[in-house]
Amino acid sequence: MDVFLQTLVAGFLKGGLYALIGIGMTLIMGVMGIINLAHGQLMMLAMYVTFVLNTMGVDPYVSLFVAMPLLFLLGVTIQKFLLNPLIRVETILPENQVLMTVGIGMVLTEIVRFAFKSDYKYVTTEYSNRTFSLGNISFSVPLTIAFGIALLFTLAMFWFLLKTDLGRSIRATAQDKDAATLMGVNTGRITVITFGIGSALVAAAGCLLAPVYYIFPDIGGPFTSKAFIITILGGLGSTVGAIFGGVTLGLAESMGATYFGMEYEDIVGLTIFILVLLFLPGGFKRLTKV
Amino acid sequence: MKAAGSKMKKNLFPLLLLAGLALLPLVLESNYFLHLMILFLLWVVIGSSWNLLAGFTGQVSFGHAAFFGVGAYTAGLLFHHLQISPWWGMALGGVFAFLVGLPFGAICFPLRGAYFALASLALGEGIRHIATIAESFTGGMVGIMIMPTFVSKVPYYYITLFLASLSVLSIQLIMRSKPGYYFISIREDQDAAASLGVNTTLYKNVSLAISAFWTGMAGALYMNYMGFIDPHVVFSLHDYSVMAILVAIVGGVGTVYGPTVGAFIMVAFQELFRTGFFGLFAFLGKATGVAAVTALGDAVKKAHVLGFGILVIVVILYLPNGVVGDWEKIKRNVFRIHPAK
Repeated sequence: MDVFLQTLVAGFLKGGLYALIGIGMTLIMGVMGIINLAHGQLMMLAMYVTFVLNTMGVDPYVSLFVAMPLLFLLGVTIQKFLLNPLIRVETILPENQVLMTVGIGMVLTEIVRFAFKSDYKYVTTEYSNRTFSLGNISFSVPLTIAFGIALLFTLAMFWFLLKTDLGRSIRATAQDKDAATLMGVNTGRITVITFGIGSALVAAAGCLLAPVYYIFPDIGGPFTSKAFIITILGGLGSTVGAIFGGVTLGLAESMGATYFGMEYEDIVGLTIFILVLLFLPGGFKRLTKV
Repeated sequence: MKAAGSKMKKNLFPLLLLAGLALLPLVLESNYFLHLMILFLLWVVIGSSWNLLAGFTGQVSFGHAAFFGVGAYTAGLLFHHLQISPWWGMALGGVFAFLVGLPFGAICFPLRGAYFALASLALGEGIRHIATIAESFTGGMVGIMIMPTFVSKVPYYYITLFLASLSVLSIQLIMRSKPGYYFISIREDQDAAASLGVNTTLYKNVSLAISAFWTGMAGALYMNYMGFIDPHVVFSLHDYSVMAILVAIVGGVGTVYGPTVGAFIMVAFQELFRTGFFGLFAFLGKATGVAAVTALGDAVKKAHVLGFGILVIVVILYLPNGVVGDWEKIKRNVFRIHPAK
């Protein structure tokens, strides 16, 4: 029973971070209708920002305030100069923007490999390995803090989307781009801002993950796949779904790791993903209708 | 008359190219260049088969490493477990890749667009994990090593050339026949094709089967040529699934010779960077005595994948249909510039 509870807690904490990754992806998916296959690479970039700042003695949680604006700017640049020009272009394959994000992801990875080499880096803090326990269940301190901050960001995101003008414009664009344009929403600008916000959110996840994870250039790829698994689980474009998806993936991964063995961690996620695609297309959004 | 002449020219050019490639080892004795040519031809096979499924049939697959890896592992495991020459694996590699393609298609083809792309990506990654976990059967991360049959690279070169020309030829023949038109109708509008009586599921699977078969053959050849594989090499998402896409995009999606051009550009570009423009920077650095030039040369050497990635972004931005697909555009723009001079 303790093992089960412990696994549950670990999965839940990880799920909070995954939700943060997923929300960024699902926002981009909802507004632009494209899958951002450079999402994990953006996170990797944020982890390296945290690493560089950490060598200068900055705490990873403080570097949130540097990495998020930086990645926001990068996201804005990518959307404005690399993705938006592709909308008007006639091509054989309609997926040109998705393919572009693949190219961007590759370039980001290679730039980092070029600058930092391929070896593993660590962000070491005094609390990296610290734990506290409630009853027989132990909680990792950095993961718990990360979960808390992720929760905070998620709530802030909801407030932003529901209550502010900009947030409403983003939701309007996601629901019906043409109608939003007719209502006077500058949808071009909204796409740019959304990509920026998505990048900033995944940057936050990167900073939070940095103290408990090792950092290397190719880490982006696996997290991109996690991001789209979460998004598909939750339903494309659904923010609430992304939270469910993130927590589900986190739980599934830690269950897989505990009961099947560490090497099955990823395969459990992929299996769930394919099952959902086949039997519940549309993800949890179909069940919750949010 | 002119039309017939240009058609003749169009048919003649690939033959001339093939003849040139066939004679190449007679003039070129450097193993280094032969190795590059073998890589180029291998990428012709992979890129062309990806292009058949994605460029012509419209099913953008992110999981072609699955077929490549299955082909390679077929050849490797036959030798590893049964001591059968891996060359037999070449014949079987394609067949096994085709067999893996059947469930692959059954899972992915009900889905469309981005969902298809993601499902294929997940399946490709899933197969890599399985190959890693099934250690007793595949050797896991230790990989499989075999002794190459030939010391010289020339036999490999001719085998790869044969495979590449056969695959491109087969794709060209298919695209000129009835199934080829069905493929394109599926790409253009799947519902319209279905309503006109095209069995879309069947033809998507046919397209996948051919594509998987050639990719598997390429994988088996890779095993024979390189002599070593492990799951992270041959099932690699970035080195094969994504690279196959990029090769086809740079050359021209939905054109028969696009991936060939793309493969050449990819191998040439990466090698150009890897060697620091064939030692040009090092030479200039020595000649001028400026340390910065030499340092730049060293930096360029490390940036070979980066260089290709940037090329891909530039191509998608300015030549969205690839070098072959936008050839008219290139010609027009070049001609417009020249008279102005």
